[in-house]
Amino acid sequence: MNKHTETKKTHGKGEGEITSVFNRRLFLRSAGLATSLGTIVIAAGCNDDDDDPMIPGTGDTVDLGSGDIGVLNYAYALEQLEAAFYTQVVATPYAGITDAEKAILTDIRDHEIIHRDFFKAALGDKAIKGLTPNFSGIDFTKKDAVLGAAKLFEDTGVAAYNGAGKLLKDPNYLLLAGKIVSVEARHAAVIRDLIKPKSTDFAGDDIIDANGMDKAVAPADILSAVKGYVKETVTGANVGK
Amino acid sequence: MDIFKIIDQFQKIDGDAAGRLEYASRRLFMNKFGSKLAAAAIPTAFAAVVNKAFAQSAAAVDVLNYALTLEYLEDEFYKAGNAAANLIPASDKAIFTQIGKHETQHVAFLVKALGTKAIAKPTFDFQYGGAFGDVFTNYKTFVTVSSALEDTGVRAYKGQAGALIADPQILEYALQVHSVEARHAAVARRLAATLLGNAAMKGWITGKEGAVAAIYAGEDNMTQGGVNIKGLASKTDAAITEAFDEPLTKEAVLAIAGPFIKK
Repeated sequence: MNKHTETKKTHGKGEGEITSVFNRRLFLRSAGLATSLGTIVIAAGCNDDDDDPMIPGTGDTVDLGSGDIGVLNYAYALEQLEAAFYTQVVATPYAGITDAEKAILTDIRDHEIIHRDFFKAALGDKAIKGLTPNFSGIDFTKKDAVLGAAKLFEDTGVAAYNGAGKLLKDPNYLLLAGKIVSVEARHAAVIRDLIKPKSTDFAGDDIIDANGMDKAVAPADILSAVKGYVKETVTGANVGK
Repeated sequence: MDIFKIIDQFQKIDGDAAGRLEYASRRLFMNKFGSKLAAAAIPTAFAAVVNKAFAQSAAAVDVLNYALTLEYLEDEFYKAGNAAANLIPASDKAIFTQIGKHETQHVAFLVKALGTKAIAKPTFDFQYGGAFGDVFTNYKTFVTVSSALEDTGVRAYKGQAGALIADPQILEYALQVHSVEARHAAVARRLAATLLGNAAMKGWITGKEGAVAAIYAGEDNMTQGGVNIKGLASKTDAAITEAFDEPLTKEAVLAIAGPFIKK
């Protein structure tokens, strides 16, 4: 058995060397350049942040596409929903929110925004448009309603990533999905612990099966479960195919 | 013994089993073994087919045994902790009972999946050569080690995903366990943060923040998909590192886990 405790550096050259803050345009430009290095970045071009002006906000059908791109767009769609949800939660805090709760929800908001913008940049011109969330069924003034919805979104996110992993062909994308899904699982556990502190709910028997496993759910079932929260009709029949 | 019932049960666990058993369809299987072998020999013969079907690639067997080593470690750790008198306060019992239950389930699942290829359970030293000498008498130490084991588990499973890409069903099982370890890790980290008075330690990993520094090397990585994403969405480095968990190689994990394993 190898006893030394050194760990191998598994990541990038020049990590931590770049101290300048990339603005969005610079980031996207460097993202485009990275294509030649065989990285995640798919598109060489960059779009404006604006949604397609020809598409009105509601009632459209958005298809996620096929193959690995379809899977990444699927993740991008879910991250858009989560980011929009927590942005609203932090902007209009529920009655009686504590500082600790606000700090947690703000952290989660930032993670989801980072995930969303990461997928958007990585997909480039293959990215689906910005979706229009529909949170009309959620009473953002009530703690129970907000945390209940957060729990649903996080558990759904975990199940979605778990179910999408095997659809990916490129191991680099698989690793990226793995890096994100465990963060979603951390969110799910913390939200569940806010709802029922110090209980078994953080990894409750309602979600974890008799083999000690989380759910893994196929895109069609996830899209059907979240369709009430999106104004557009999102179709994903060819995701991963 | 009802061989068809077992195949049916197996297919419930592994929906693709029938496909994988194509070289030994039920008919062939029964012709070959059912009529000619003594009943007592059937379980062994069947186990061989199951192993072939379930963990068919050498890579998958390696990954599952590696996972089993870590799950044995976690399972034994929580069994000892949950059994120790005056260690876990009543308020936190439910949490560690639930975590321990899952680790026991993970061991059982992996042992079943690997069949005769499963490694034997090692003998463990949870005092880590003395570094955690009071692990089962001091709750602070116990929670410290728990958070470290769970975060290492998350990193270890993540590091093996690519090796399972050719075994989609096993990959999916691994992912389903991976996210449960992450749920455990989040709660253990929050308990540790409170006990250690470390406000910088959250359910997610900021930079390399954790109770046992050695296991968080590389968690502060800012390069995702080949691009340094510093400044993405105008968010802080802290938020960016929190948003992505990082993998560990098998070598790195075994170097961490090594001192826990006596033989």
